[in-house]
Amino acid sequence: MDKLALYMSYPFVRYAVIVGVLIALCSSLLGVTLVLKRFSFIGDGLSHVAFGAISIAAVLSLTNEMVLILPITIVSAILLLRTGQNTKIKGDAAIAMISVAALAFGYLIMNIFSTSSNLSGDVCSTLFGSTSILTLTKGEVALCAILSVIVIAIFVIFYNKIFAVTFDENFARATGVNAGAYNLMIAVVIAVIIVLAMNLVGSLLISALVIFPALSAMRLFKSFKSVTICSAVLSVICALAGILTSILAGTPVGSTIVAVDVAAFGICALVGMLKKG
Amino acid sequence: MSYIEVKNLSVGYDGVAVEKNINFTVGKGDYLCIVGENGSGKTTLMKTLLGLNDPLRGQIIFGEDLTKNEIGYLPQQTEVQKDFPASVQEIVLSGCLSACGLRPFYNKAEKALADENIRRMGIEDLKSRCYRELSGGQQQRVLLARALCATRKVLLLDEPVSGLDPKVTASLYELIKDLNKEGITIIMVSHDIEAAVKYASHILHIGDELFFGTKTDYLKSSAGKMFTDSKKEVN
Repeated sequence: MDKLALYMSYPFVRYAVIVGVLIALCSSLLGVTLVLKRFSFIGDGLSHVAFGAISIAAVLSLTNEMVLILPITIVSAILLLRTGQNTKIKGDAAIAMISVAALAFGYLIMNIFSTSSNLSGDVCSTLFGSTSILTLTKGEVALCAILSVIVIAIFVIFYNKIFAVTFDENFARATGVNAGAYNLMIAVVIAVIIVLAMNLVGSLLISALVIFPALSAMRLFKSFKSVTICSAVLSVICALAGILTSILAGTPVGSTIVAVDVAAFGICALVGMLKKG
Repeated sequence: MSYIEVKNLSVGYDGVAVEKNINFTVGKGDYLCIVGENGSGKTTLMKTLLGLNDPLRGQIIFGEDLTKNEIGYLPQQTEVQKDFPASVQEIVLSGCLSACGLRPFYNKAEKALADENIRRMGIEDLKSRCYRELSGGQQQRVLLARALCATRKVLLLDEPVSGLDPKVTASLYELIKDLNKEGITIIMVSHDIEAAVKYASHILHIGDELFFGTKTDYLKSSAGKMFTDSKKEVN
């Protein structure tokens, strides 16, 4: 406890906790929709796209990487969610294609043009989450907080629309709801969340943040509203527990959060089974 | 003036026509069955009527104060819905969405409408149950209640009884018949020609042979004779 109190007295630790919790909250909100729309892997795919964008930014030695990463990721998200509906390459295949291609090209570009002496270290930290969550500046924390508030506001305001579009897109469109626009909105929001989350857990583990809380909540609850709320609460608790554990035990932040999420899923699945049987 | 008038319509995907030169009209209070073999373009025609697909050629004219978005739709079940965690009430309410426009939440009138339609379909006791735990027939009633929230005029039903057992099928047909008696116009896609002949007032047969007319005319037509003949053979 004393150790925890000591760590919490450092501002960078407090920042990490704030940002971690906010990202966990945002990613879990849309997680339910994505899992139900069979887009569980979009987090993974998009984060690889973001990885590719990062490597381009690194080669161009841009000082502000976000200028490049955010637009590229958003465009990919739009393309992916678009192709999900009526095209020849189905959602999962499209995600797999884009994700693998971006990963390969990202690494290729980094390898050919890199000026860094520690290439594999760079790649590893981008993929598995670096210590960058512990080096956040006040400005970055503020940016993250603002974006989170916007994401949460959009989600609350469009909650009923998101539900309708997720449950039955054709019905929504037939009754005059502009489903295309809402799909676009979901795509943009998820891209923003993923770029934010890369700081926290790295490319590879973002999917876990998106899908685990949703899947856990789906074991326990039966209405869309309760699943969404439960998934948000679970995600925040798991992120908090994960960050605190990683501080105390000195483990990597991203993997620790995911480990806690997996444990929570196990418990929820068990409780769900007991409830049923 | 009728509710819907279809003139020389061609429907299909990606510019390839599945069915050409479809002509028919739907008047207030009609019960139209669209029948035809698998792959004859029934579902495509329905999607075109709903505005989900663009017509390749021809016109769909909506008349008598019916606008395009005032059609309630009972779709075929999708893969996604089978394990969707949503309560019956949430799903029925989502039928009111287009009435909301940009307003983010449902108002009292819309909630009351949803409750009324839940009662109408006789599923009050399932109101807070989870959709995925219901039987096929119950699920269809839920989706029917949702469609009724979206319209007071026209219902489009896409193969409403597929996968249901005979008893549930019969009760669903009765329910649809009652709705039609209450003044709701029904357009139903089906390959159950027997039921179509029993319940519908008009029949549109698509496929190799096109036919549109009243039920009595259909039974006399060559398309209808094919059906009655095949029935005789079975017997």
